[in-house]
Amino acid sequence: MSRSDLALPGLLRGAARRLLGALAVLLGAATVAFAALQLIPGDPVTVMLGPGTAATPEVKAQIRAQFGLDQPVAVQYLHYLERLATGDLGESYQLQRPVADLIGDQLGPTVQLALAALLLAAALALLGAVATAGRRGALRTIGSLAELLAVSSPSYWTGILLLTAFSFQLQIFPVAGDQGLPALVLPAVTLALPVAGVLAQVLREGLESALGQPFTLTARSRGLGRPAVLLRHALRHAAAATLTLAGWLTGSLLGGAVLVESVFGRPGIGALSLQGTTNKDMPLVIGLVLLSALVFVLISTLVDLLHLAVDPRLRSR
Amino acid sequence: MARPAAGRTTLVLASALLALIVLAALAPGLFTHASPVETDPAGALTPPGARHWFGTDQLGRDLFARVLHGTRPSLLLGLGATALAVVGGAVLGLAAALGGRTADQVLMRLADVLLSLPPILLALLAVSVLGTGSVNVMIAIAVAFVPGYARIVRAETLVVRRSGYVESAVLLGLPRPLLIARHVLPNAIGPMLVLATVGFGASLIAVSGLSFLGLGPQPPSPEWGAMLSQGRSFLQTAWWIGVFPGAAITLTALAAGAVGRRAQRRFTQRTPV
Amino acid sequence: MTLLAADGLDVRFGAVHAVRDVSFTLDRGECLAVVGESGSGKSVTARTLVGLTGAGATVTARGLQFDGHDLTTLTESAWRTVRGRRIGLVLQDALTSLDPLRTVGAEVGEPLRVHRLAGRPERPRRVRELLADAGIPDPERRAGQYPHQLSGGLRQRALIASALAGRPDLLIADEPTTALDVTVQAQVLDLLDGLRQQGTALLLISHDLSVVARLADRVAVMLGGRIVESGPTARLLAHPRHPYTRALLAAVPGAATRGSRLAAPHPDGTPPGPDGCPYARRCPAADRTCRQTVPPVDGHGARCWHPQVATAALSVAAPAPAPVAAPGTSPTAGPEGDGVPLIEVDRISKSFGGRPVVQQVSLRLAAGETLGLVGESGSGKTTVARIVLGLEHPDSGTVRLDGRAWSALPERRRRGERLRIQAVQQDPLSSFDPRHTVQQLIGEALARTGVPRGRERRSRVTDLLDQVGLPSALLGRRPTELSGGQRQRVAIARALAPAPRILVCDEPVSALDVSVQAQILDLLADLRRDLGLAMLFISHDLGVVHHLADRIAVMKDGRLVETGEVDQVLAHPEADYTRRLLAAALPVALPAALPARAAG
Repeated sequence: MSRSDLALPGLLRGAARRLLGALAVLLGAATVAFAALQLIPGDPVTVMLGPGTAATPEVKAQIRAQFGLDQPVAVQYLHYLERLATGDLGESYQLQRPVADLIGDQLGPTVQLALAALLLAAALALLGAVATAGRRGALRTIGSLAELLAVSSPSYWTGILLLTAFSFQLQIFPVAGDQGLPALVLPAVTLALPVAGVLAQVLREGLESALGQPFTLTARSRGLGRPAVLLRHALRHAAAATLTLAGWLTGSLLGGAVLVESVFGRPGIGALSLQGTTNKDMPLVIGLVLLSALVFVLISTLVDLLHLAVDPRLRSR
Repeated sequence: MARPAAGRTTLVLASALLALIVLAALAPGLFTHASPVETDPAGALTPPGARHWFGTDQLGRDLFARVLHGTRPSLLLGLGATALAVVGGAVLGLAAALGGRTADQVLMRLADVLLSLPPILLALLAVSVLGTGSVNVMIAIAVAFVPGYARIVRAETLVVRRSGYVESAVLLGLPRPLLIARHVLPNAIGPMLVLATVGFGASLIAVSGLSFLGLGPQPPSPEWGAMLSQGRSFLQTAWWIGVFPGAAITLTALAAGAVGRRAQRRFTQRTPV
Repeated sequence: MTLLAADGLDVRFGAVHAVRDVSFTLDRGECLAVVGESGSGKSVTARTLVGLTGAGATVTARGLQFDGHDLTTLTESAWRTVRGRRIGLVLQDALTSLDPLRTVGAEVGEPLRVHRLAGRPERPRRVRELLADAGIPDPERRAGQYPHQLSGGLRQRALIASALAGRPDLLIADEPTTALDVTVQAQVLDLLDGLRQQGTALLLISHDLSVVARLADRVAVMLGGRIVESGPTARLLAHPRHPYTRALLAAVPGAATRGSRLAAPHPDGTPPGPDGCPYARRCPAADRTCRQTVPPVDGHGARCWHPQVATAALSVAAPAPAPVAAPGTSPTAGPEGDGVPLIEVDRISKSFGGRPVVQQVSLRLAAGETLGLVGESGSGKTTVARIVLGLEHPDSGTVRLDGRAWSALPERRRRGERLRIQAVQQDPLSSFDPRHTVQQLIGEALARTGVPRGRERRSRVTDLLDQVGLPSALLGRRPTELSGGQRQRVAIARALAPAPRILVCDEPVSALDVSVQAQILDLLADLRRDLGLAMLFISHDLGVVHHLADRIAVMKDGRLVETGEVDQVLAHPEADYTRRLLAAALPVALPAALPARAAG
């Protein structure tokens, strides 16, 4: 039954498939973005120039030729892919700067925010789930109401409440900006709460399903106490059940950042996305779409690896 | 044994709240005679009190009336987005599960790609194509949620197709269309409808979020997300402008979520594993 | 010296009285078997003895002594020093009873860590010893593997090893062999027997009398939360006093029961009150006293008001030559090769993912005949059934139905013929659309045969229910609202609705309690006689097949190893594997066949 001699090629095959899948998602995202660009009603050059700009037909034709817009769509698509493959994301219509530079400049604050929110959400979820799993009574009811409230509160409202309470009334935290740790606290809490709510729910369901399994009874019959069973046995099962969702939620923090950065007036990828959308700055929007697809691919690869580490049953397949 | 009782209390409260919200959407005039659009510059930014329960906004409009009258447009946006997403998801998910290998591959790869983008970003992409406005925001949010629903319907359909009872129907020689109509569809769609109850809250929050960003309905129409957005600059002096419209969104999502979760539990209990 | 003494043990879950006034003792080196059907309270009793009855349980007892300690007064932290150290627990299926995410070594070593019996450096060595003691070859390698990488038998041994790590004085084994194939089952029982001989006290919980008969010194039979009869194994099996014990013994199918009824007649008596005899509802001899007052334990360990009367009533009610169709007496069932067989399976093979599951299997089923297809898990018997049913395509070989092509037909052409061959599955619940009522489930099958909607279909459904012994009151029920036996009857009724000539039964009784299994087997025998059905009957249980089938086919690793008349094959098996199967499935607890040990 030994499969160790098969393990290496299997692993390589798995890695190759993984890589191909990742490339497919990136190519797909690029294609979706290109399709979106084609779907915009009206003349792309007019859109490009922005509203209120008068240009002669000659100038428009010149721009059209310059960007290759006079060529068939298929040719444009291939050129577009070619440019992307060389890492060239194009230039923003509105800001007249390379999209890659724009994104690079704004990445820092958002990454900070997302990481802080992620850690906070994970800690809150873990705490909530472990404290309430398999219990009855008041604690459990309060726990699940808190989760439901966290999931149901829009981040832009939570943000406003926190701002009102801690910045305007109590004046503990700064109102806006991205300078230093204090400015990070309220936005991170705001971004973390809904994520923590969802994670806590799923984590607790995982814990409870594990606690209902016969192996839990076996573990307790060996003399383990409840907390030990929870931490040594059930938590691993719950983590395995939560990983995929946690990965997806991590990726979606980038989306949540759009609203949170807007509420707190922070610079970042989210603010940039909003700017790109309202200005119909398509190269910028496409760049951001590709960025989040890339983030997603990286995270889901990480999640898969973690899954393999946590669940041995997946390894021998 | 305390759990079911507590669960029932939550369910009753949530259902009652939901009923009130629906009533407010249908007939806001039942609850207030104040106008949601009439301005009163002299009474601007009055704190909550006996005359104005929720206070007034920067133009002196009664906030209670605005929140009440905002129920209908807000709910319609959320419901519309959910309905579009559910229908789209059901069609695509069923097509993937029942339409053969190629259809499945193409549709699910597409879903993978769309799921790789956070819903808000996908919605922003859709808005940048469609433009701003109520209907476009609704469509944009539906687009953002379609891939998720499609995935669930497909998975659910595949489980049902491989189930023992579909096999029993095959043994009875049931023709394929009948088999799908009688056994596959009802059992595959059910879980998604339950999920849509929970999903409604998410849609409402997302739609109002786009409004909050200024992409949705334009003033002076009272919509919860837009109200929050317009009140932002006055938060420092008038906290109530930020509190009540958001509380309306939260309570609605909360009630729908509580009812939906309950239905979900009921559903999973009924269906054998 | 008595190690464990329970006196008047009572367990309640809210209004549910799960265990009532249960008393027993257990010595070192002794094995007590607690036998009962599902819901009898046997598992709750077992869990109560390790203080893990569950949330919401109220446990009371006049006395619960273990090695001089009163277990009823133990605090949770005191219990933790008892569990795994003084009392070990082994559960049913090691695939789920061992943590699937941890290595076998970590699981077996856990009691050593918890009770500080071995420090980290010496633990691996102790784990290897424990695994070796439990009869696991190559313990070094196995300790580093995960439960799913071990075979069922090895897994169960590892589970036992982990329960023994703390060298407990008492081992409680709750259905320790139920999930295992017969040959493996015998090995695990031998392992447990070895422990008993070394002085460990053994409390064995089982639904199966025949399993415990070979191991237990004493047997306690539980029903409705009470011990209704207990005594030394040999005495209890040879001279059962309680009518329930007698019915249980009579319900075990095998060579001796061929052609006779298994189930006792089933009077629909009024249910017993809260203080009545738990068997009153099913007992042919029950009277008002039985329904109102629980009988005391008599001098022979039985709780029965009418032990003698019960004996008489039973023998009157179930005379030996019961009118059940004897296998092989069907007029149409000729010897093999006589005319065209109904089903002709010709050298079929099937692989899944490159792994051959069925290889070159050929079978014939004549009209009115019952063919028992026997094999252990993974032998490919279910795949053969699915190919016969037309649910899978064979990679090579053919199945012919009534002399005409069947497996070779495209589904479109096969559809019209499908009503001639119907199936009864092991798990009827999953074969029912969860949204449908009994009426709809059976009605759908009738609709396929052209019975019009409305009154006619309704009355036909009622007829079918009547035929399988169900009241029409169940028409509006959904599958989840039925008991296991009722579900299987509904499944049979649905299979009969299109009046098929062939019934394929895939382990139709293996998920049922012995007494319910007996009723279903009786029903199948009746239907075969009345309707002239041919049956392909798949089972892992030689006893069931011997009871019911005309011919037998034995499968192992996807191949047919032996086929022939049941009596012939099981009396004089030719294949080595058949012999091993027979040896493992010890002839059921017939008093005469009992090993002498139990008497001493």
